[in-house]
Amino acid sequence: MFKSIKLRFILVLIFLIVSVIFCIPNVIELKGKWKEYLPSDKIHLGLDLKGGMHLLLEMDTSKMMDNILERRFNHVKDAMIKEGIRFLDIIKKDNGISIVIKQEQKDKLYNLIGKDFVDFKAGGQKAEGENLIIDFILSEKDIAHIKENALNQALETIRNRIDQFGVTEPVIVKQGDKQILVQLPGIKDPQRALELIGRTAQLEFKLVDEENMGRYTGGPTPEGDEVLPLKTKNRETGIVTTVPILLKKQTLLTGDFLTDAKVKIGGEFNNEPYVAIEFNSEGARIFDKITAENIGKRIAIILDNTVYSAPVVKERISGGKASITGGFTMDEAKDLAIVLRAGALPAPVKVVQNITIGPTLGQDSIRKGISAAVLGGVIVIVFMIFYYRFSGVIAVAALILNIIYLLGAFTALKATMTLPGIAGIILTIGMGVDSNVLIFERIREELRIGKTVRAAIDSGYEKAWVTIFDSHITTLITTFILFIFGTGSIKGFAVTLSIGIIINLFTSVFGSKAMFDWLIAKYKPRSLSI
Amino acid sequence: MKQIEIIKDTNIDFIKQRKKAFVISAIIVCLGFFAFIMVWLGKANLSVDFTGGIQLHIRFDKKVDIGALRDVFAKNDIKNVQIQEISGTNEFLIKTKSVEEEKNIQDKIETVLKNTFADRGFQVLATNMVGASVGKTLKKDALLAMTISFICIIIYIAWRFSFIFGVAATIATFHDVLGVLGIFYILNMEMNILFITALLTIAGYSLTDTVVVFDRIRENMSRMKSKSDFGEVINKSINEVLRRTLITSLTTLLAVGAILFLGGKTLLDFSLALFIGIIIGTYSSIFVANPLVFLWRKRVR
Repeated sequence: MFKSIKLRFILVLIFLIVSVIFCIPNVIELKGKWKEYLPSDKIHLGLDLKGGMHLLLEMDTSKMMDNILERRFNHVKDAMIKEGIRFLDIIKKDNGISIVIKQEQKDKLYNLIGKDFVDFKAGGQKAEGENLIIDFILSEKDIAHIKENALNQALETIRNRIDQFGVTEPVIVKQGDKQILVQLPGIKDPQRALELIGRTAQLEFKLVDEENMGRYTGGPTPEGDEVLPLKTKNRETGIVTTVPILLKKQTLLTGDFLTDAKVKIGGEFNNEPYVAIEFNSEGARIFDKITAENIGKRIAIILDNTVYSAPVVKERISGGKASITGGFTMDEAKDLAIVLRAGALPAPVKVVQNITIGPTLGQDSIRKGISAAVLGGVIVIVFMIFYYRFSGVIAVAALILNIIYLLGAFTALKATMTLPGIAGIILTIGMGVDSNVLIFERIREELRIGKTVRAAIDSGYEKAWVTIFDSHITTLITTFILFIFGTGSIKGFAVTLSIGIIINLFTSVFGSKAMFDWLIAKYKPRSLSI
Repeated sequence: MKQIEIIKDTNIDFIKQRKKAFVISAIIVCLGFFAFIMVWLGKANLSVDFTGGIQLHIRFDKKVDIGALRDVFAKNDIKNVQIQEISGTNEFLIKTKSVEEEKNIQDKIETVLKNTFADRGFQVLATNMVGASVGKTLKKDALLAMTISFICIIIYIAWRFSFIFGVAATIATFHDVLGVLGIFYILNMEMNILFITALLTIAGYSLTDTVVVFDRIRENMSRMKSKSDFGEVINKSINEVLRRTLITSLTTLLAVGAILFLGGKTLLDFSLALFIGIIIGTYSSIFVANPLVFLWRKRVR
């Protein structure tokens, strides 16, 4: 390829300088002017080395579709009543609703749906005597669209929460069509973060069913009501007591109308932290109306189907302000304010994978990984020099070049170093000498059949090249597949190994060959120490 | 100048040894298949990565007996937990299967240990919780990754050499992967994602070894007279590259050995798998891949 030795050396040198420049920030902190002109990125450490939390969240989209259909169902029902369409029955189905009406009402119903519920498509009708059963369904495409939007919204909400919680360099990405991957490096209180992220944070206001509450002692729930747990926490002891409370099913107001949520202390709540919330103008109007209508009654403040408090409405509240109490500690109140500000998740999420690594283990791993790498490197270097003598020194020079290139490339590509990644580097050291072993053994063979040093080196390299190429490609194939299928730390391993292989191909053939050629040109040796 | 050689020039008749080799390999492969079936049935020591469950990696500052841990769990009605001591440390791995059944088991374990061993400096180093569905997907993906890499390898070698060589190389590689799987199964070592990574790395490594020999066969075939025996070509080729094969295996083993001794618990199983794999891989590139090509060729002609 490149006949000129000088040219090859220059190329090797350029790569070396570039790699070293990229490596520098890993060793010393750049300051002042240097920082402006040189790259200052360090090798990015994976969670297994840095410590932190890796969460895989799965959204319960079927529950969400259920809720959406439930809401649609109620809207359609209300609209039919408002428009004076007489219906015999309305049934909720998996992907839509079924309405039973008289023949003559058919056109009016179609008009209503076509006007106000555009995404409901007529899914066929069936006559039953004088009655008609008409299905209105959401198309697959619409459902997929709704789910996709929900996932995007959940992602945004979670990002908001994490940003407000304060984590540096979090990773929040979609995975597949219903999962979200969250990585929080260096997090101090993983349990708290988990609760913050995983909470749906659906805030609702509902009326306590005062009429039935007195009589209710369990058993079947009265029509139009629901039973939810009311949690009371004693702040001193931390003991939580739960009693069931009977509520009217209808939701009066939700967290969607919030504009702000702040932690406050004191006032009427005995110096306990509480969350002061503020509604937007529409929310304030609704809140004004419900407080005016329900003076003397209790309104339950519900978060994720748990009643936090059910204060009695003493007077009409017009300013659009309310407060949530619940025996919170300061942290709990802070986190609640965060989730209320960031908004609710469109559907509940379930944690399907949680890998948490403490900082001690990470540091341990780095230390052990590095000492293993150093030991592995030293043993291999000693062996090569002992076995191949002077040629071994050249191979070692190529190996060191290899490692510097690898670290440089790794930093420049902003790849993530993981513990298996370190293992990948060590493996590269072991396998990296393979090319040189192949070449050297070949050169020895050529020398044995009586070739001159120069001819032996040339044909040794030439013949070994085919083998080196084939063997590197096959290894690359497997690392490539590891990269596609692997997650997290495995990807780190695949990246180091494949970068290592490619660089190895370059240094073993280019770097060491250039050194040999230069030595031969300069000293014209009659024999070779190999 | 004198050259150092690990072995003198050899002239071993490897093809002649093929029957013995096939017996050994048949045992390895059968064992591997058995292990594979057990893994598939979930009866091997699979990590929570695949089964779903929770793994806690804990550490005490002072010595705590594994029996004491068992007692504490029994006393507090924490069932279905496996405890494994990491030898040479005051660290333990605690595993529970199935996350779904007992939701708060992780909290419970942590609280109980914190309360009981407050004076021993209890600390949770890492936790790994995996839902059953994630585990299943992972198992499927791992198998898919293996299958696809084998197919890609056959295609590449078939293209560079010939179909027969491709198949032989794949069988040899398969042999190595099964061998490591079988040994891990017998030793009741834990199989996790890193283990799968190790298997794929072994596949790559063993293939390299095999390709080096094949390459020499291809070269010698074009040089030697067409009349000469195919077995002779193979023998000559293996003998010629034997030194290289042994040296490379040695240097790689040295590097992997360093991880084995200094890499810590996380990398221990991984490097052990690599260590075993490299040995089997070296054996198979000599005693499995080439005799297979020989048998096939002999019959075809």
